[in-house]
Amino acid sequence: MLDLVWLIPALPLAGFLCILLFGRKMGDPRSGYFATAMVGASFLVTVGVFLDLMSKTAEERTHVRTLFQWIPVGSLKVDLAFLADPLSITMCLFVTGIGTLIHLYAVGYMHGDSRFSKFFLYLNLFAFSMLILVLGSNMLVTFLGWEGVGTCSYFLIAFWHEKDSAATAGKKAFITNRVGDWGFMMAMFFAFWAVGSLDYSVINQAAETVGLPGGLGQTTATAIALFSFIGACGKSAQLPLYLWLPDAMEGPTPVSALIHAATMVTAGVYLMVRINPVLSVSSGYAGWIIAGVGAATALFAATVAVAQNDIKKVLAYSTVSQLGYMFLAVGSGAYVAAIFHMVTHAFFKALLFLGSGSVIHGMHHEQDMRKMGALRVLMPITAGTFIIGWLAIAGVPPFAGFWSKDEILLFAYDKSPILYVVGLATALLTAYYMTRQVIMVFFGKARWRDAHEEHGAHGDLHASDTTPHESPVTMVAPLVVLAGLSIVGGLLQLPSWGWIPHGLQHRLEAWLEPVVEFGEHPLSRSAYDLSGILALVAIACAVAGIAAAVMVYAKHRVKAVEPEILADAWGYDRAVSNFMGGPGRQAFDGVAWVDAHVVDGAVNGTGELVRGTAGKVRKLQTGNVRTYAAAIGAGVVLLLVWFVVVRGIL
Amino acid sequence: MIAAIATPTTTWYLLLGAVLFSIGVIGVMVRRNPLILFMCVELMLNAVNLTFIALARRLGDIGGQSTVLFVMVVAAAEVVVGLGIVVAILRRKPNATTDDMAELKG
Repeated sequence: MLDLVWLIPALPLAGFLCILLFGRKMGDPRSGYFATAMVGASFLVTVGVFLDLMSKTAEERTHVRTLFQWIPVGSLKVDLAFLADPLSITMCLFVTGIGTLIHLYAVGYMHGDSRFSKFFLYLNLFAFSMLILVLGSNMLVTFLGWEGVGTCSYFLIAFWHEKDSAATAGKKAFITNRVGDWGFMMAMFFAFWAVGSLDYSVINQAAETVGLPGGLGQTTATAIALFSFIGACGKSAQLPLYLWLPDAMEGPTPVSALIHAATMVTAGVYLMVRINPVLSVSSGYAGWIIAGVGAATALFAATVAVAQNDIKKVLAYSTVSQLGYMFLAVGSGAYVAAIFHMVTHAFFKALLFLGSGSVIHGMHHEQDMRKMGALRVLMPITAGTFIIGWLAIAGVPPFAGFWSKDEILLFAYDKSPILYVVGLATALLTAYYMTRQVIMVFFGKARWRDAHEEHGAHGDLHASDTTPHESPVTMVAPLVVLAGLSIVGGLLQLPSWGWIPHGLQHRLEAWLEPVVEFGEHPLSRSAYDLSGILALVAIACAVAGIAAAVMVYAKHRVKAVEPEILADAWGYDRAVSNFMGGPGRQAFDGVAWVDAHVVDGAVNGTGELVRGTAGKVRKLQTGNVRTYAAAIGAGVVLLLVWFVVVRGIL
Repeated sequence: MIAAIATPTTTWYLLLGAVLFSIGVIGVMVRRNPLILFMCVELMLNAVNLTFIALARRLGDIGGQSTVLFVMVVAAAEVVVGLGIVVAILRRKPNATTDDMAELKG
């Protein structure tokens, strides 16, 4: 089964090609089901590979399947090879698993869209690229997937490109990601320069022998780690490059769930975990920068989410915030916790996004939470599953989010109490804004009724058509599955508390052992002893956040605080726009001028010089045979003079 | 003395070759008829051949003689091609001189 690892990305690729050729013929909804089946088949293969790996010992759990040599240039040899190890297969499992559910959901969500088959074309291409990204055994193959998911993200954000805002958001995402890609490429150059290979195994091997001959230098390791982190910042929407993600909500909701919550945005975290030996041997400040950026992003995005009124914008900022958590974990050396949170986050955030999509679908494409309310009666399944997702993200035990967030906070505490406090504040805000969202959407007064009556007064007689309704079964079935996963997701990695059966503790850590054993930060004894208390503090925070939101939005005891500056994301987006539109644009115009006049001038000048000289010199060719003969004769005479008189021969 | 004059030495042949070559060079430069031009080129080739033979005999080296054979063969081939071109040109432009054929000037 291990040798079939290439099938995992090949199946979505086949789906992409088939829909490319026959998509129009298959139409709505057959092309959707076909795409779903392809990703589903890929999931089954992944499960097979997973079971195969499970049956092996920890040392044997790394398998490289080389398809062919891709780029052989001098000393640079790059294979198109897939790496099946616990980390990549974990990623594949949730990418294909959640991908299948979201594909299925999209069949219902996109029903009736004029470009239905095209949507699934992109979705399958995305799944293919994402799997290439996680399965690549060297940085270049990963980069191939990295760019592939970026391109698909662009296509899908701008899927409804008739809308100006969607087209702009697509471009914004693409361009912002390019900044991060620069970092990724620099990391690749450094890695190749230092160890002469782009293979993860070679790079990590060099990192593990740091300081020895043939090993990586600490400065180089730091450079690779930090440049990779810049790449990760772009892809995983961290400060200062996060700003494309909230705008990406212009895309259809299944896209938001699949790409901008569950899978693509976690690629940065994956990359950092993949090169964890390099990270662990780099200078101490690298970890501080990563943890610091993660914590700052987490808190920043959480404060912004508090004041958003668009149902998807709240979730977008929440995603940025949760990704910040993952980087906090990476910076603290808690790679297992980062992956754990990535997986649980994929469960509950996909659930929340799909739930919000279901609400938007039921509300006839209304996204403003101020026009919702009391939807739990009309959409019981959506409401029930959304509430499970809410409890999971808020950190209420025993739901999945509690366990993973708790583990990250534990490691953050071990790194620095300041990071811990920031993480805790974020947890509190998360509970607060998610409760706010749930109350605004599913509880309270049915504000949509007012909106529709107003509408009715304008002559709309089909009032019954505009009543929110529950979504079709293809949409609610994935919700139910994801809700189940959000409840039990914590079982992956339970902490080592006395009352938990020993066999259930740290399952994920044992599984990921071969990948992270070198880099994983060992938890200090004091933090370990405090873990129970820290968990109680985290629960208290979650409850406090929920209670505060209930007081404000359900009981109306306290007036809601939603300052303009938070709704405006601290003005950061606007500041960047102004800067790039003003001085930035002028600088780029200057660079363009230099390019047009100096660089092009040098090139064109050389051409002009050659042409001008040639124009003059060609007059020598008179076409007159006798002139040529005379020239040859004169030449012979001159040569003779040279040899006889100057050189003295004869 | 007379016997000395009557017995040609190598120098005589070399001088003859030089004279013939010079006639050929001047002919190429001053004449305009393509056929005459051709004959002048042949004259130059054969002047060189003569020099080869003279020196080969003087030095007792067979190399010079064999080179001459090569030159003759190549000259024959060249004449075939060259005459073909000359005939083609004269067909298009009767009485054309070399100066009339300057279409390839820069």
